[in-house]
Amino acid sequence: MGKTRVKAKVSFHEQIASDIYSMRLQVGAMASEAVPGQFVAVYCKDGSRLLPRPISICEINEAKGELRLVYRVVGDGTEEFSKLHAGALVTVMGPLGNGYDLLDKKAILIAGGIGIPPMLELAKQLAVPKTIVLGYRDELFLNEDFEKYGEVVIASEDGKHGTKGNVLDAIAESQVTGEAIYSCGPLPMLRAVKQYGMEHDMVTQISMEEKMACGIGACLSCVCESTEVDAHSHVHNKRVCKDGPVFYAQEVTL
Amino acid sequence: MMNVNMEVSLAGVTLKNPVMTASGTFGSGVEYSEFVDLNKLGAVVTKGVANVAWQGNPTPRIAETYGGMMNAVGLQNPGIDVFCERDIPFLKQYDTRIIVNVCGHTEAEYVEVVERLAAENDVAMLEINVSCPNVKEGGIAFGQKPEALEAITKAVKRVARQPVIMKLSPNVTDITEMAKAAEAGGADCLSLINTLTGMKIDVDRRCFALANKTGGLSGPAIKPIAVRMVYQVAQAVSLPIIGMGGIMTAEDALEFILAGATAVSIGTANFVNPNTTINVLEGIEAYMLNYGVRDINELIGAVHE
Ligand SMILES: Cc1cc2nc3c(=O)[nH]c(=O)nc-3n(C[C@H](O)[C@H](O)[C@H](O)COP(=O)(O)OP(=O)(O)OC[C@H]3O[C@@H](n4cnc5c(N)ncnc54)[C@H](O)[C@@H]3O)c2cc1C
Ligand SMILES: Cc1cc2nc3c(=O)[nH]c(=O)nc-3n(C[C@H](O)[C@H](O)[C@H](O)COP(=O)(O)O)c2cc1C
Ligand code: FES
Repeated sequence: MGKTRVKAKVSFHEQIASDIYSMRLQVGAMASEAVPGQFVAVYCKDGSRLLPRPISICEINEAKGELRLVYRVVGDGTEEFSKLHAGALVTVMGPLGNGYDLLDKKAILIAGGIGIPPMLELAKQLAVPKTIVLGYRDELFLNEDFEKYGEVVIASEDGKHGTKGNVLDAIAESQVTGEAIYSCGPLPMLRAVKQYGMEHDMVTQISMEEKMACGIGACLSCVCESTEVDAHSHVHNKRVCKDGPVFYAQEVTL
Repeated sequence: MMNVNMEVSLAGVTLKNPVMTASGTFGSGVEYSEFVDLNKLGAVVTKGVANVAWQGNPTPRIAETYGGMMNAVGLQNPGIDVFCERDIPFLKQYDTRIIVNVCGHTEAEYVEVVERLAAENDVAMLEINVSCPNVKEGGIAFGQKPEALEAITKAVKRVARQPVIMKLSPNVTDITEMAKAAEAGGADCLSLINTLTGMKIDVDRRCFALANKTGGLSGPAIKPIAVRMVYQVAQAVSLPIIGMGGIMTAEDALEFILAGATAVSIGTANFVNPNTTINVLEGIEAYMLNYGVRDINELIGAVHE
């Protein structure tokens, strides 16, 4: 069946932290197609905003045909989404991108800020011993949702919660070990995680972000620099929306 | 129910209907074929292809603007060899016309691609992109001076086996001068408009929104300019015209057709809804049924002084 574009009904919508919202969408069969690490494209109703907003899939409920999205309001599009009430219809296309490879190795999930949401479904589906390392600026969100899937280690920049500092500081302080890293977060964090993974000889997967237009691999807007020649254009540009958003760290130049 | 004729002819090439894709927004159709039955389209116009692979520009390559978007993809493409081995065989499975968009830095590069395509029997037409605002040399340089446009048109026509569409840039003082130059050079057809050069500044970070600083503006924001230019060109030359620029709906497409376009291309609107081409096609048919128009050709250029 692959990708579809549907008018989804908002079944539940709540604010879970300042600027952070959690929205459940009834997407029907799209939910059965989705895997952890994939995203959907959410369209605005306001016609002045043409391009869909890429938002990661936070949780998949196949039985209910439902996806959960957790997003931060950063601009007009996400502001518009935050005003949607339960029962409203919103157009979404998905599932998009590749998702994480679920490896049979002791795992460390490392996520920072708005990179945290996609880790939740991954934590749920990844049936290996794992530690979940979450980095926040100050205010916590979603951390309790993770607790039933593994040991949760927290870092916050202001030190109010967990280790003061970043995710790597928390890993060091809590002496977290593992064989495979799954990561999503801001670019500086991904760079540090890639470096850490290399130093510790761990298989590292990271999820990338780029501005998108088509969301399906046709327009070449969303590329990132790849170490190997890419299959599409035979240069060194992989498409985040299609070849990613998840890459093995050595595949991309950060 | 009345039967309507949707078939149009562009420089001797018949299309089952006038709805096609705009270069660069639809790849070679592979990705969109998950959403769109390519058999229904009048033609698929491919992403620009050069003699060799092009890396394109750094990111960010796009920025949304009010009712539009800017892009500076910079014509990333795999080069003509990969294109012929992979993309043409894919497209020829479908009952649609294949129009290959060609880009280059120099006349020799354009000519090389066009010569290479001469052997490709499944390619119905060539669209020559002399109007891309996002590459440093070549590209638009050929599209902004009438003499240069006429010369490149002649050079391409000398080696082309398929009818040649020259794609015009709107970033000129007088679009009719350019249309006439392409006609004088022997063009078989014209397409317009390519994107309008724009700029967006990120006020929070105090930097350019695009890594390339400038980009090409497309989408509904540019439609009135595009319709005006299609109309002017239709009055100035006798070549068939493919109209594009901000088409989102059948009504938008009909504006272009009434202004003088024989066919229309859908670009940015594919990003808004991957099914736009089909919606436009069905909407044009509904319009014809509603107004009792039996033949789409009756509408082409129907609005004039
Ligand atoms: C694969 C992927 C997954 C994502 N998952 C999430 C998620 O789960 N939760 C979440 O809160 N955010 C996520 N983002 C970021 C989210 O897409 C942007 O925050 C959102 O598009 C901003 O839209 P806006 O209209 O509010 O902001 P504006 O700044 O007004 O947006 C203007 C334009 O820029 C684009 N844009 C702005 N910021 C980004 C960005 N960081 N990445 C890509 N495009 C951007 C918008 O899509 C839009 O086209 C993800 C991005 C990607 C690429
Ligand atoms: C992302 C993007 C890539 C494009 N790439 C090309 C290209 O490779 N060659 C070309 O001739 N035009 C290219 N164009 C221009 C379109 O084909 C079209 O002329 C223009 O976008 C106006 O139509 P629209 O408003 O429907 O998009 C591109 C446009 C966009 C938005
Ligand atoms: S957004 Fe079009 S290729 Fe990724």
